[in-house]
Amino acid sequence: MQLQDVRFAYGERVILRGIDLDIPRGKVVAIMGGSGCGKTTLLRLIGGQLRASGGIVNVAGQDLARLSTRELYALRRRMGMLFQFGALFTDMSVFDNVAFPLREHTDLPSELIRDLVLMKLNAVGLRGAATLKPAELSGGMARRVALARAIALDPMLIMYDEPFAGLDPISLGVIGQLIRRLNDALGASTIMVTHDILESLQIVDYVYFISEGRIVAHGTPDEIRASTDPFVQQFIHAEADGPVPFHYPAEPLAHSLLGRGAA
Amino acid sequence: MNGLAGLVRRLGGAVTDGVWRLGFAARFFSLLLLYSGQSLLRVHLTIREVYFSGVLSLLIIIVSGLFVGMVLGLQGYETLQRFGSGDALGVLVALSLTRELGPVVAALLFASRAGSAVTAEIGLMKATEQLKAMDMMAVNPIARVVAPRFWGGVISMPLLAALFSAMGVFGGWLIGVVLIGVDEGAFWSQMQAAVDFRFDVVNGVIKSVVFGAAVSLIAVFEGYDCTPTAEGVSRAITRTVVSSALAILALDFVLTSFMFRGQS
Repeated sequence: MQLQDVRFAYGERVILRGIDLDIPRGKVVAIMGGSGCGKTTLLRLIGGQLRASGGIVNVAGQDLARLSTRELYALRRRMGMLFQFGALFTDMSVFDNVAFPLREHTDLPSELIRDLVLMKLNAVGLRGAATLKPAELSGGMARRVALARAIALDPMLIMYDEPFAGLDPISLGVIGQLIRRLNDALGASTIMVTHDILESLQIVDYVYFISEGRIVAHGTPDEIRASTDPFVQQFIHAEADGPVPFHYPAEPLAHSLLGRGAA
Repeated sequence: MNGLAGLVRRLGGAVTDGVWRLGFAARFFSLLLLYSGQSLLRVHLTIREVYFSGVLSLLIIIVSGLFVGMVLGLQGYETLQRFGSGDALGVLVALSLTRELGPVVAALLFASRAGSAVTAEIGLMKATEQLKAMDMMAVNPIARVVAPRFWGGVISMPLLAALFSAMGVFGGWLIGVVLIGVDEGAFWSQMQAAVDFRFDVVNGVIKSVVFGAAVSLIAVFEGYDCTPTAEGVSRAITRTVVSSALAILALDFVLTSFMFRGQS
């Protein structure tokens, strides 16, 4: 999967200003950056949910901009995506959630679908929770069920949107290990959008840092740890101020307090 | 001057937004029709929605129909007997219900009970990214979620309106014949003679199908188009109920003027 000079804007608001990145088969790649830097937008461009304003998004040798809806859907059958909070179907049980893509896209007999679903659930350690409803699951369990659903069709590309957000340390470790293990077992490629740097560096093969719509640093986990780049340093050490400013751009404080400004 | 410019700008913005939304609604409706075929082929999806929109609305329809019929019986008899026509109560009750009250009141109740529920369900699915997740799984949310709910409403609505009218006639009979003592033979025979199947009943059914389509379209569109937040979903539900009520009453006027103008 490749991105070449990809640009994107919501109206006049520019989000991505020319992104180049390459994700080889079998690798786990993390895309990191502060909140609102365009990480999730990048994931949506790769999934074809948004169309780039410029540049090329190439997935499995196909330029997404040239695909019809039918072709895009055919490609998406080979992709799996884990949403930030799981996005499980709340009116279905855990079993039915994982069975959903299989029932929609295959004509497999129900016995075979049952076996496949139980195997997927077993892979994420939740075979015993098959009959539960999403409302009965913890945040970490819901994320694991969504992961089982994302890999139901054995995808070649798995995308994760903030897979570690809001998880306790144990669930965080479990999800991290699952991401690595499932990628290797399926021989897939993984793109993970996150800002949890410590967990990510343990499981990924390569990291890209994005800030203000551009890639500002990239490298293997060892290169990132050894990096002297101020942005990477600020990110690794969780410093409040640095290349990513603490303050949202605003007029001088004195102006605001004296009532001369907008707010 | 700045104030005037601001006003014009806001007005222009509102008009542009309105036109944009209308265009989006038209595109949404055409996609809905386009994907209806593959959705209707999977009959169980539509049957499930007929259950949620239709069967679960039965109680409110039956109780309301009964009370509306009973009120018609009381009010109708009170007026008719002044002209010595108390026996025509059955005609009044049946015509009022089949032509107007059945389709209109049932549609208003349907919009409040089922339309709001459909908007809330689709809106919450959008807010919790379930529609996006479906789309990413190469399953078209319009075909899988929207179309079955639309057709479920279109199928349920005439059945509910018919039930409402039947319960209303029963309520009118209960008050007129059982309570007040109108002659039972006159009640039923005059009704049978005066109510025309094609002119009254079929036109009533046509109205209820049109109302069902209008309410269902508004409900699914508002849910699909809502801002994906708690406040956005709540606003969408309000818009569904208000827009549906206005659409039903406006469409009723238009349909009545075509169906019953200068006749009967």
